[in-house]
Amino acid sequence: MTKQKHILSILVENQPGVLSRIAGLFSGRGYNIESLCVAETTDPLVSRVTMVTMADKPIVEQIMKQLHKLINVIKVYELTGSSYVQREMALIKVQAKPEYRAEILRIVDIFRCKVVDVGREHYTLEVTGDEGKMDAILNLLKPIGIKEIAKTGIIALFREPK
Amino acid sequence: MELTGAQILMKMLKEEGVDTIFGFPGGVVIDIYDELAKTDIRHILVRHEQGAIHAADGYARASGKVGVCLVTSGPGATNTVTGIASAYMDSIPVVIFTGQVPTQLIGNDAFQEVDIVGITRPCTKHNYLVKHTEDLARIVKEAFMIAASGRPGPVLIDLPKDVSTTTITYKAPKKIELRSYKPTYTPNIKQLHSAVKLIKNAKKPIIFAGGGVVLSKGSKELTELAHKTQIPVTCSLMGLGVFPGTDPLWLGMIGMHGTYRANMSSGDCDLLIAVGVRFDDRVTGKTDTFAPNAKIVHIDIDPTSIRKNIPVTVPVVGDCKITLELLNKLLDKEDLGDLKKNRNSWLNQIEKWKSTTPLAYKQKNIIKPQYVVEKLYELTKGNAIITTEVGQNQMWAAQYYHFKKPNHFITSGGLGVMGFGLPAAIGAQIACPKKLVVDIAGDGSIQMNIQEMATAKQYGLPVKIVILNNRYLGMVRQWQELFYGKRYTATGMEHAPDFVKLAEAYGAVGLRATKPEEVEPVLIKGLSSSETVIMEFVVEREECVYPMVPAGAPITEMLLV
Ligand SMILES: Cc1ncc(C[n+]2csc(CCOP(=O)(O)OP(=O)(O)O)c2C)c(N)n1
Ligand SMILES: [Mg+2]
Repeated sequence: MTKQKHILSILVENQPGVLSRIAGLFSGRGYNIESLCVAETTDPLVSRVTMVTMADKPIVEQIMKQLHKLINVIKVYELTGSSYVQREMALIKVQAKPEYRAEILRIVDIFRCKVVDVGREHYTLEVTGDEGKMDAILNLLKPIGIKEIAKTGIIALFREPK
Repeated sequence: MELTGAQILMKMLKEEGVDTIFGFPGGVVIDIYDELAKTDIRHILVRHEQGAIHAADGYARASGKVGVCLVTSGPGATNTVTGIASAYMDSIPVVIFTGQVPTQLIGNDAFQEVDIVGITRPCTKHNYLVKHTEDLARIVKEAFMIAASGRPGPVLIDLPKDVSTTTITYKAPKKIELRSYKPTYTPNIKQLHSAVKLIKNAKKPIIFAGGGVVLSKGSKELTELAHKTQIPVTCSLMGLGVFPGTDPLWLGMIGMHGTYRANMSSGDCDLLIAVGVRFDDRVTGKTDTFAPNAKIVHIDIDPTSIRKNIPVTVPVVGDCKITLELLNKLLDKEDLGDLKKNRNSWLNQIEKWKSTTPLAYKQKNIIKPQYVVEKLYELTKGNAIITTEVGQNQMWAAQYYHFKKPNHFITSGGLGVMGFGLPAAIGAQIACPKKLVVDIAGDGSIQMNIQEMATAKQYGLPVKIVILNNRYLGMVRQWQELFYGKRYTATGMEHAPDFVKLAEAYGAVGLRATKPEEVEPVLIKGLSSSETVIMEFVVEREECVYPMVPAGAPITEMLLV
């Protein structure tokens, strides 16, 4: 069976140790984590974990059941396969030699990102988007010279019926 | 009411109906011990914390209640880890209290500090570090509820010293409800209708029952299902006893050392009704050849057990007892036809497997271990609680002691931990003081927790230990004989203590049989004693457990005697 990317949205009790239970489950059972984001929800007692994992279908089913079995996990949803919005943010530090500065700003404009820090030799850009957009901008910036990059990992929510 | 943490703990233990604690003290739990002494809860002082946790496990299995264990921080806590892992794999409800250094020292590498919550996270159903005395009552209540409900398991509570000593105004905790924990007890009735349809159409069905049926106390319902439908029954190691080992529909145990007829019928059946099992690799052998022609109905309370290792036709999430009850009711409304006639050829086939290839051994002039177990079965009429160590002794116990009732076979199935049998027997004997409790042991395993002889003696527990002494780590030697060209590396155990003298040194009774004709007299004498007794049987050194399915092979491909 082929491995596919799956986005899981997990509501957990906002308590110390919960994240390590989830991480331990993945390492202990040999599942993989592509990315992981955690933050409090509007209910301060609940956090949302958004997790991306590569796995085939039966394994994802098993992962979801195993997650649900953890006492502090309230709900587990899979977003992949249904209608959802996803975003990821990246901070990208690009080399900005004088001859490239205009080119970089053009890219910034096209991708509607922001320059959040400027130096003599660099720009730091803030980019938000889905995976496709992220890949596209990175591909364009690579030849110019990416010095450093920090990504948040994917966060996602179901779309509500219109 | 002003109470210290330790006093609150006692109050909660009483409320949970705890009558016995297996434990071993240390610096950070003295306050708890001090309060414990003021209650009528019985404390059993073991000789090693591993003994405490296995005893709590044995107590839980024999009584059907939650076992409780109390140890100190650091080494006391780490010594319980093996036993916690065993209870976890076998889904046994135990609550473990570990002392911890005072909260303000946590994280400082204080004396006897270990992160036991971190260490046991993957081998407990849940665990807690109590940070405030105010949380203690609620956490204890939750822990007992979690340990015993759904698929049971061990729950650990780490108690910093200051949490026990701080005085607070006690408020009774509210009714426990966890929004994130709601086990499914009642199955989806649609799924049961599908199961009924499969049962009606099956020509060659079998039932495969496991530890889940023991835990849900569903043995009666399972037996009813088998009789009503005339479907033969096999069990995993953990399930032994849920169906009478003397019933004509009994197939014997399935798996690596299963009977020929149980393994063959799993290979040939067209319907496998799996109840309270998790399809361990020791049961299935090579998974893609397991029950290749069968539709599979899988009933289990833990959704993660279903479709983990084996594809399933009809998954049913629910408590085994409740589900079987409902299934039986549905079947009562159905016309199942002339079962005698319909099952005839299938049951005949099974009978043929049984008569051509039964469990067998030949007793000549050296004692056969199987003979000892068979004699033990005869003399106790199958009524004893049997605990085991791990290895060949465990498999012979499973094969030759024909269990009639659940909660009578207590063995470390999933973890397979040597040294389990004696402390587990102590726990079982305390749960059932009137019962005969026998640990069927190997010479290697018994030495792993032999110190608990002193515990048995101190509390006047008449547990009986039957050592099948082959002077080998026999099961490993068997693998070396069969798969490693008889290279017996590191499995010879010629230098064992004199077990008779050892028994006597502990103030117990020691008996030995070296010839076949001594087996019965030694058993009769040992079993009728009111003392703790070690009976040593000097057995055939290189006897093997058969049938045997080599690891990773299909379970229908057995090595036979
Ligand atoms: C704690 C532990 N260590 C190692 C093993 C591996 N092991 C499984 S069976 C066995 C041999 C047990 O020897 P003995 O108790 O004499 O039993 P026999 O097989 O000879 O009946 C060993 C070493 C184990 N199961 N548990
Ligand atoms: Mg041995």
